[in-house]
Amino acid sequence: MTIRETFERELQRLQDEMLVLGSMVGKAITDAVDVLKRRDMEGSRQLIAQDRLINEKRFRIEEEALVLIATQQPMAGDLRVIAAVLDIAHELERIGDYAKGIAKINLMIGDQPLVKPLVDVPRMADKSRSMLERALDAFVRRDVELARAIPAEDDEVDVLYDQIYRELITYILADPGCIEGANYLLWVAHNLERAADRVTNICERVVFTVTGEMLELDGKSSGL
Amino acid sequence: MHTIKFSLEHIYFYYGKYMALSDISMTILDRQITALIGPSGCGKSTFLRCLNRMNDTIPGARLEGRVLLDNQDIYAPGVDVVNLRRRVGMVFQRPNPFPQSVFDNVAFGPRVLGLTRNKDELYWLVEQSLRGAALWDEVKDNLKQDALSLSLGQQQRLCIARAIAVSPEVILMDEPCSALDPIATLEIEELMRQLKEQYCIVIVTHNMQQAARVSDWTGFFWLGKLVEFDETQSVFTRPSQKLTEDYITGRAG
Repeated sequence: MTIRETFERELQRLQDEMLVLGSMVGKAITDAVDVLKRRDMEGSRQLIAQDRLINEKRFRIEEEALVLIATQQPMAGDLRVIAAVLDIAHELERIGDYAKGIAKINLMIGDQPLVKPLVDVPRMADKSRSMLERALDAFVRRDVELARAIPAEDDEVDVLYDQIYRELITYILADPGCIEGANYLLWVAHNLERAADRVTNICERVVFTVTGEMLELDGKSSGL
Repeated sequence: MHTIKFSLEHIYFYYGKYMALSDISMTILDRQITALIGPSGCGKSTFLRCLNRMNDTIPGARLEGRVLLDNQDIYAPGVDVVNLRRRVGMVFQRPNPFPQSVFDNVAFGPRVLGLTRNKDELYWLVEQSLRGAALWDEVKDNLKQDALSLSLGQQQRLCIARAIAVSPEVILMDEPCSALDPIATLEIEELMRQLKEQYCIVIVTHNMQQAARVSDWTGFFWLGKLVEFDETQSVFTRPSQKLTEDYITGRAG
């Protein structure tokens, strides 16, 4: 038994809750692109409704973190873990918002057919989700090397985004009538690109948790 | 920039054969609050008492190394220990006012040392000291009252007033709040922040939150060794030593 068994259990629970939030958010990203692909309006509405659960989860995590700070006076590494959880929970909630945004775009497109088949968009979603899952894994394992490596993959997401952007521009040039539909898809891609950026922030928090250093892990940023 | 008040060079301290401090080297800056933390028996109070030679009277106690105050070795032959203790005052764990009036408690040191020439000067010095200890407003209407009739928090501030009445340069505090309630504790901490504008303060505390709240520098002692000494905010957010981390997060000690 350690001296602070109760505290350690609570601290572990807080991190577990954050991981649950992480998997809710990762699934939301995949689902959002999936319902878009299937043009599933009901699915989109459900996803939008489910975002409330993500928000509520984040608030609960924040509350629990604050209670731990107030009642247990955590210091040093413990304090950094709690600070990181607060920050990561915020990033996750925002990624959840991007998923909700994609679901909303699906509703806005409504009956209209997509201007192009979705190929790179699901790739972006897969990549972002994979980065997210590994970033959380790095947090669990306190793996600084992994956390430092992941942001470089953000460049791949940016490349996909650039690709989608250029492709959609050619569609618009060929047929100005599809500006609206192209713009919707561009927003979808933009949301995914932002989601991957947020993963980079999570990686920064992992490094902070382990080393106490606050540094920016900048993958090359998109030219857009 | 803060000037160096104390320089400690390879301090070893023995109670007979028992080595209480082992190879401590550090500098303590003027007009800063330096907190010493560590579990009971780690040597932090012994260390504090080396700074004004309070350990001298303990039979069999012996110090090696050099303790420099303003670059002068305070253990050198010929050092006037009374004058040293005037320059380096001390406040103890339990308030220990003399069983006299508030006025006489504060006037005690100046009278013994002959610091004032007449009653007016003495009164002025007592008032300044009580003001400096943030006690004046609470006692000014009855300076003749028995010091022991004050609350514990007031008594401790009285002891601080008594300490600063002899114009010290350094104030050592050995767990100054451990007998006080939380409000009185916060009052003393606030007072310490005011005092550091004029004095070098070194505090020993068991209360890590207090060290974190009040000090600029923190030294962590463990089994007679100084494990880590750094700026307080570094020590409590990202200590460099595993042992420090374990202690301040409550996993060792």
